[in-house]
Amino acid sequence: MLKSDKQQTEVQVKRKKQSQIVMIFKRILRDRGATFGMIIVLIFVFIAIFTPLLAPYDPYELDATAMLEGPSLKHWMGTDELGRDVLSRMIYGSRYSLSLGVLGSSLGLVVGIILGSMAGYLGGIVETIIMRICDIMMSIPGTLMTIIVSAVLGTGFMVTVVALSIGGTFGRCRMLRGQILREKGREYLEAARAYNCGTVRIMFSHLLPNVISPLLVGFTMGIGGTITAAAGLSYIGLGIQPPTPEWGAMLTAGRDYLRKAPTLILFPGVVICIFCWCVNLFGDGLRDTMDPKLKN
Amino acid sequence: MTPEVEVRHLKKYFEVHGGLLHAVDDVSFSIQKGTTMGVVGESGCGKSTLGRTIIHLLESTDGQIFLNGEDVTFAKRKQLKELRQKMQIIFQDPYSSINPRMSIEEIIGDPLRGYGYKKKELKEKVAELMEYTGVEERLSTAYPHELDGGRRQRVGIARALALDPEFVVCDEPVSALDVSIQAQVLNLLMDLQQQRNLTMMFVTHDLSVVKLIADHICVMYLGQLVEMAPTDKLFAHRLHPYTKALLSAVPSIDADHPVQRILIHGELSSPINPKPGCRFAARCPYATDQCKQPQTLEELETGHYVSCCRAREIN
Repeated sequence: MLKSDKQQTEVQVKRKKQSQIVMIFKRILRDRGATFGMIIVLIFVFIAIFTPLLAPYDPYELDATAMLEGPSLKHWMGTDELGRDVLSRMIYGSRYSLSLGVLGSSLGLVVGIILGSMAGYLGGIVETIIMRICDIMMSIPGTLMTIIVSAVLGTGFMVTVVALSIGGTFGRCRMLRGQILREKGREYLEAARAYNCGTVRIMFSHLLPNVISPLLVGFTMGIGGTITAAAGLSYIGLGIQPPTPEWGAMLTAGRDYLRKAPTLILFPGVVICIFCWCVNLFGDGLRDTMDPKLKN
Repeated sequence: MTPEVEVRHLKKYFEVHGGLLHAVDDVSFSIQKGTTMGVVGESGCGKSTLGRTIIHLLESTDGQIFLNGEDVTFAKRKQLKELRQKMQIIFQDPYSSINPRMSIEEIIGDPLRGYGYKKKELKEKVAELMEYTGVEERLSTAYPHELDGGRRQRVGIARALALDPEFVVCDEPVSALDVSIQAQVLNLLMDLQQQRNLTMMFVTHDLSVVKLIADHICVMYLGQLVEMAPTDKLFAHRLHPYTKALLSAVPSIDADHPVQRILIHGELSSPINPKPGCRFAARCPYATDQCKQPQTLEELETGHYVSCCRAREIN
């Protein structure tokens, strides 16, 4: 009798363990938009990983005989002003753009979470200091801030990531603080304190899961925003430097040849749009699956 | 016999706009092991604050708190950790007192994390607690929003019992529930108390509930203790004018002898920077100049304490 009882509980343990990851996946699959977004994003990631195998040409190879050509069988997306194959550059560019977008947005998210949860949960002087810093930083336009940081620190890849993340960080921090203030009075936090949860554990394992969803959506939207901001930086000669094939940089470079070769801005523009859109779809779906109320 | 929990001259003031809010003002009482102390009073009289201060969720302003005869008022770090293991709280609102993002077994097992339980042991312990409090086993992987109020409150109770406490503060644990569910939860609490020899402090504004569950009752008015007595004594013979008015509010089911309602007039005076003297004086039909002096808690009959200078005359 006892043995069968035990077996039963073990069976349940197993079921639960599987479910955590599989269930989230299943729930995403149930949402058509999210599934579509996820597939496209995965394709982009796949392209970024297997770049050298997929690109038909060397993205830096110049060809003076084929400048500003339209799409053809030889060059599917045409060639740019120096005769480089646009398709190959787009494929190589996915590495830079994707990692810029994801890293820039993640850095902003992580710093925003740490500062915001400290300000919201600890309150008092910590909150005052953090929020005043936020006020100061947010009084400077995000683009200007990015330009300043980029100009001061230089033009490396990581430096650009830092510069791009700054704009979003403080908005996230403020948003999270607001969420936490709303949630702070709830008794489950008090209960956690009554049974000896430390401040860090309460903040990250009790409070954060309940306030994080708007930030997650912000994060996915931020990826798109970061990629376009990187394009802006490239345009004024900061950020990722040519001849590195970054989508934003290609977009701005193509601007000069708008009349002669409109496909030069068409392809990077459309690809950035599609990618951002799919990331957002996926992000929305992900947020929904993390809400236990929508689990069935 | 040393009482399980004792407070002496406990005070809790909050700094608010316009002065000091005297939420708990000079409250002294003791609770014997295995018994229940009911704390009654109207909203805002400081009964919840009192409970939270005793279990160190709020820091006391002044006074002493004893657990098993040991002064724990200023417990810090390690001592506080041990102390919190022994003192737990059950909350009023089962909708906000359990974390909506955790499954039921995670909620109940969470207090046990950090005590070196292995996964399997934890699982067994949680199952045991669930069985104990009458939460169905199938709900272990459910989330709080799938449960009704009564079940949620059972989960809250199971969580409070996880650390095997000696003293539990019940902060209006049934006032947010339907009457039919109230009875179930109250029965559960009483059973648990008997089985585990728990000491309880039961905060409520529902007098019929307190009559059922409490061994002793203390009545609070604006942060002060006005009367304290064993339950049957208090219901049979109340001494303080406020208690009289309060208990007369319990409806009678005896149609031939309806309760004589004692209505009190006037507004609740402000607990911010209160004047010395009896706080009920402004609304008390028996008030005299004497009432403006600070009152002391006096043992008028054995075990029956009252804080009213005119108690002898008016009874």
